[in-house]
Amino acid sequence: MAGSNNAPHRDMMRSPLGRARGLGSARAGAAHWWAQRLTAVALVPLTLWFVCGVLRLHGAQQHDMVAWLSQPLPLVLMLALIVATFHHLQLGLQVVIEDYVHADGCRMASILALRAACVLLALACIISVLKLGL
Amino acid sequence: MVAFNLPLNSRIGQGQTFKAPAGAKNIREFKIYRWNPDDGANPRTDTYQIDLDTCGPMVLDALIKIKNEVDPTLTFRRSCREGICGSCAMNIDGGNTLACLKPIEDCKGAVKISPLPHMPVVKDLVPDLSQVYAQYRSVEPWLQADSPAPPDGERLQSKEERAKIDGLWECILCFCCSTSCPSYWWNGDRYLGPAVLLQAYRWIADTRDEATGQRLDALEDPFKLYRCHTIMNCTDSCPKGLNPAKAIAEIKKLIVERAG
Repeated sequence: MAGSNNAPHRDMMRSPLGRARGLGSARAGAAHWWAQRLTAVALVPLTLWFVCGVLRLHGAQQHDMVAWLSQPLPLVLMLALIVATFHHLQLGLQVVIEDYVHADGCRMASILALRAACVLLALACIISVLKLGL
Repeated sequence: MVAFNLPLNSRIGQGQTFKAPAGAKNIREFKIYRWNPDDGANPRTDTYQIDLDTCGPMVLDALIKIKNEVDPTLTFRRSCREGICGSCAMNIDGGNTLACLKPIEDCKGAVKISPLPHMPVVKDLVPDLSQVYAQYRSVEPWLQADSPAPPDGERLQSKEERAKIDGLWECILCFCCSTSCPSYWWNGDRYLGPAVLLQAYRWIADTRDEATGQRLDALEDPFKLYRCHTIMNCTDSCPKGLNPAKAIAEIKKLIVERAG
């Protein structure tokens, strides 16, 4: 959308410096970047624990699974895994959308849809785990 | 959205072939991107057969030979021919580098030459650098200090403090790095790119500068800074052997550190 009022970096008759400065710094982005790194680091042990846990339950019945999830530590770690996974998913895919979707409205809509999907899926997972474990 | 195909009027066609003079023994082909804004035609690739026995060792020597002896219409920037002015930055054999520092013998087969990628072309191998120059200006690349300089001399640094800008001050602004960066290709109107961020860090790392906080404020932005995804093409392409990716990482680190 060339000449869009809220995108000075695309106004072709604006000076190159005016376009380069654009709307200025958002004073944001650091928290997003840092959270993406922290969730990535957290997911390394959590994922390893999850894979090991599931392998050990190979051939188990539903009541074994419920018994496992009823213990405090597996329940807490499982919830942490779900939160970290969907938070990381949302942060990472938002970066992909920001990279490739350039129309402002479409980008905003995509990011909102992504957040909604991640929150709903995370809630569904959390409630499922709690129903089993509590 | 990102464009994966060139627009119709940018598709590159086959151009002329300029044969080597009779009797030439050591022939090498140079396939060079040509585009003239005045003729209304699509870009084309012209092929020049050059006798390396009568040509200097670098790609720039071949370009100058072509312009002097074969085709005076070939247009490119050059000045110092020793890797200090940054004028002859172009894409050679698939990578961005300086033509004056790139030996012909390092290229495999025909030497393919095109302008720096993803920049508007002025003519042939000359890209329009207005945007990167403006972005460079936007990071205020000069010393900012409220304390007056000592009346009897320069602002002092220890040797260790001075060493902090090694690997930064050597940047010659050829923009090989920025134009090799996919993030800069897709979002160059908002992302500052590796060259400009390395220059921004050059002033953040300078112990004589007193505007570090304002400089970090101005960079802390999802697009200006955080489009860097450590792809590392910048460091790979730098003809001066610098590491813009590390400079960007240092900026990100400082922004996290100052938050606590």
